[in-house]
Amino acid sequence: MTENLSAEDSRILAFEEKIANDQRIEPKDWMPDAFRKTVLRQMSQHAHSEVIGMQPEGNWITRAPTLYRKIVLLAKIQDEGGHGLYLYSAAETLGTSREAMVQALHDGKAKYASIFNYPSLTWADIGMIGWLVDGAAIVNQVSLQRTSYGPYARAMVRICKEESFHQRQGYEATMALARGSAEQKAMAQDSLNRWWWPSLMMFGPHDSDSAHSGQSMKWKLKRESNDVLRQRFVDQTVPQAELIGLKIPDPDLKWNEQRGSYDFGEIDWQEFMQVVSGNGPCNRQRLQHHMRAQQDGQWVRDAMHAYELKRQARNAA
Amino acid sequence: MNQQNLPLFEVFIRSSRGLDHRHVGSLHAEDPAQALDYARDVYLRRSEGVSIWVVRSSDITASQESDVESFCEPMDDKPYRHATHYKLPKEVDNM
Repeated sequence: MTENLSAEDSRILAFEEKIANDQRIEPKDWMPDAFRKTVLRQMSQHAHSEVIGMQPEGNWITRAPTLYRKIVLLAKIQDEGGHGLYLYSAAETLGTSREAMVQALHDGKAKYASIFNYPSLTWADIGMIGWLVDGAAIVNQVSLQRTSYGPYARAMVRICKEESFHQRQGYEATMALARGSAEQKAMAQDSLNRWWWPSLMMFGPHDSDSAHSGQSMKWKLKRESNDVLRQRFVDQTVPQAELIGLKIPDPDLKWNEQRGSYDFGEIDWQEFMQVVSGNGPCNRQRLQHHMRAQQDGQWVRDAMHAYELKRQARNAA
Repeated sequence: MNQQNLPLFEVFIRSSRGLDHRHVGSLHAEDPAQALDYARDVYLRRSEGVSIWVVRSSDITASQESDVESFCEPMDDKPYRHATHYKLPKEVDNM
């Protein structure tokens, strides 16, 4: 049989054998076009999420309640920019460019995590984003440390190391409010009420409704399903809320002794679809801000380039 | 033949799929293709890796270790960049 294989067939076989043996696919390996497209779409979405995610947090830098909270927030947002860079670079190993990915974002062809289309209305939202949004991201990213595309997996390892600080500072800030005055506690509860369900949506549609999940699981790009990861997040987060006296806004939430997990209510998928398709509270604002930042920074890039040309000319002389 | 006059190359090996290339040493060669052959002969005699990178040493721009205090100064006075800086109740400390 083997001698009858076409070159194409044997390349596919070699690729599938690597996947079956839990080996990583590296940039110079042959890979099917559909795999390349899928991993590129996922990394581009992930990179854009890191960068767009800086906006709701950046909204509170100048209004952080203390200097301490301000430097922590700055350090966290700085990390997110770095995470964007790791991911754009990992995606560039597939032959695309950061410019092309950013253009696709501006053209509305590339997506980012829907959660960042919700506004950060109060200071409590900053704690909540760290605790819940980064918490949910960590559950997903820990799983992705074993994803089958090597550069993506390695970027995840680096990112996970840094994310722990993000979630802990968020929980600490939330805890400070929950243990503060009645108004502060109410502010934390209101924030939890607004961010809980969007956080659960971060894991994507149910496994039965997920457009890309099946193939991504086969390719081991995804290592665990949306529903499995979502359940893990709920199970770890509910006791954290209870400990600081906050109530998860879900009347159907209850411990299921038999499963050893929490049962929880149905997500409003209509809201999810609305936000994904561009009609969330801040979709337009987020994109416009990103485009404006790009334009406003153009003179810096121009100046650096002019300086480099001048330096080269001087060295040549 | 004077080996001193051959350019120096740094050698990086990926020991198995999924891992980063790591610096293993350097060697002299006429050009990158020859450096790759030499690196194979010197550093991969016992299946130490699945992939080699070579790069001209002169193409590497390096920081000076003597400058590290001023160059990387912000490292030590920002303890809040570390997860361990945040003291949480022991029930949730595995976060």
